[in-house]
Amino acid sequence: MMNFAAIPEPALRLVLCIVALAVFIGLNGLLLVYMERKIAGHIQRRPGPFEVGPHGVLTPVADALKLVGKQLVAPEGADKWLFWTAPILSFMPIFVLFLPIEFGPNLFGVETNLGLLLILAFAGFNVLALCLAGWGSNNKWGLLGAARAVSQSVAYEIPLLLTVLAVAFMTGTLDLGEITAMQGAWPWQWNVVTQPLAFVIFFTCAVAETNRAPFDVPEAESELTAGFHTEYSGMGFGLFFLAEYAEMIVVCSVATILFLGGWKGPFISGPWWFLVKMYALLTIMMWFRWTYPRVRFDQVLNICWKWFIPLALANLLLTAVLVKVF
Amino acid sequence: MAPQNPLTPAVTTVDSAMIASAPVQKVVDLCRAMSLWPMTFGLACCAIEMMAAGMARFDMARFGAEVFRPSPRQSDLMIVAGTVSKKMAPAVVRLYEQMPAPKWVMALGNCAISGGPFKFKGQYGIIEGVDQLVPVDVYVPGCPPRPEGLLEGLFQIQEKITGRRWWPLPEGFEPSPAGPDSAEVRKPASGEPETGKEGS
Repeated sequence: MMNFAAIPEPALRLVLCIVALAVFIGLNGLLLVYMERKIAGHIQRRPGPFEVGPHGVLTPVADALKLVGKQLVAPEGADKWLFWTAPILSFMPIFVLFLPIEFGPNLFGVETNLGLLLILAFAGFNVLALCLAGWGSNNKWGLLGAARAVSQSVAYEIPLLLTVLAVAFMTGTLDLGEITAMQGAWPWQWNVVTQPLAFVIFFTCAVAETNRAPFDVPEAESELTAGFHTEYSGMGFGLFFLAEYAEMIVVCSVATILFLGGWKGPFISGPWWFLVKMYALLTIMMWFRWTYPRVRFDQVLNICWKWFIPLALANLLLTAVLVKVF
Repeated sequence: MAPQNPLTPAVTTVDSAMIASAPVQKVVDLCRAMSLWPMTFGLACCAIEMMAAGMARFDMARFGAEVFRPSPRQSDLMIVAGTVSKKMAPAVVRLYEQMPAPKWVMALGNCAISGGPFKFKGQYGIIEGVDQLVPVDVYVPGCPPRPEGLLEGLFQIQEKITGRRWWPLPEGFEPSPAGPDSAEVRKPASGEPETGKEGS
């Protein structure tokens, strides 16, 4: 019999959190696949998955099991080591990204005063994974997709950081728990009221960072077949997919904490408010995807360099001045 | 008739199953049947009907088959939608070989089945039936077949994978007579997890 009291509290919390996260990410993967296909269907005036299980709820389960049972193929000229490292590298940092996120009062994996920095630092791993995937698969589309992914992610990380910095200026902390604590329960007490421009830029950049449409140029089907994951079959592809959905959850959680008051909400604060806000943002992301056509690659970078970065800089300057004055 | 195409038919490899257990196989088969991702791949006018089958009126998504993957590595079903010319044949064979197992092929329309209206004495440009190049699971006749035909072809592939038909037959249609090879797979499956709304 183990003596659980002997385990230090942070370590126990970490282990429990990672186990819970594994479940959370897996279930959310299924849920988001279902949500995405249903939303796509309803936006296009069709029912979407409907017959496999009641209203098609078992379709993502079938997809997942099918992907597990699919033959794994590596192209002949591929760098096998890099090729198989890439999907794992894309998925692994997800756990770290979730650790500092405060889902509810005292509901987080690791208490750190640099939570925001931790998330932004480890989010960069995904770009590396995409780069390895494109390079390792010895495929011209993969390589082009990887090159696009890198240039897009690098470009969009700058306005993303600048908007996060504006919030950090206002609150004076990088601790996600403290940022939540500084906001009130009612919508007019949230940071989105004082930083509306930062919220819009952050959310748009988050869509671009997760390679979602309309910024999904790294996997543009019409030009690049499937971009960096062209050569991945079965769970190789599945892991990229899961990582993409998990990253969507992370960016929506961060947006919830930074701008929408985290787990605080009218009447009864708690994790449910966090989930409501997060899933609302996820739904908006999917709504984007099925509404807007994919932008051209030069347009993607033009929006970033000519609009978002100057606007975010101006916003940061204004915030800094106001913080200094008041 | 001797095979008239000078091209090499497809060669592929299949990994053997890691777990050879009947119940596991059954569940996996069911999942495969309910998640047939077709390849985004059209050769001629039948592809227009294939697109219609994915659109709002017919909506293949209802059966989990709307995920048209652009990469053969991620697709399970190759819908040969249209005339296979001799120029195109190597590409078709290549695409089939690039798909990881398990994979299925549907020959959609008369051209893919036999050359259709382009088959005549002295023709030199058409493969008379895609089954000369790749093994075909289901033939959907028509010129072009209606989207309902494509959906029926999908159901037949699902039946071929799982051993039973999951969706009701259209009105006025008799169940297809059991062939000699499908006699024992047609037994009504019992004890399978409830996955389809039968009779909906």
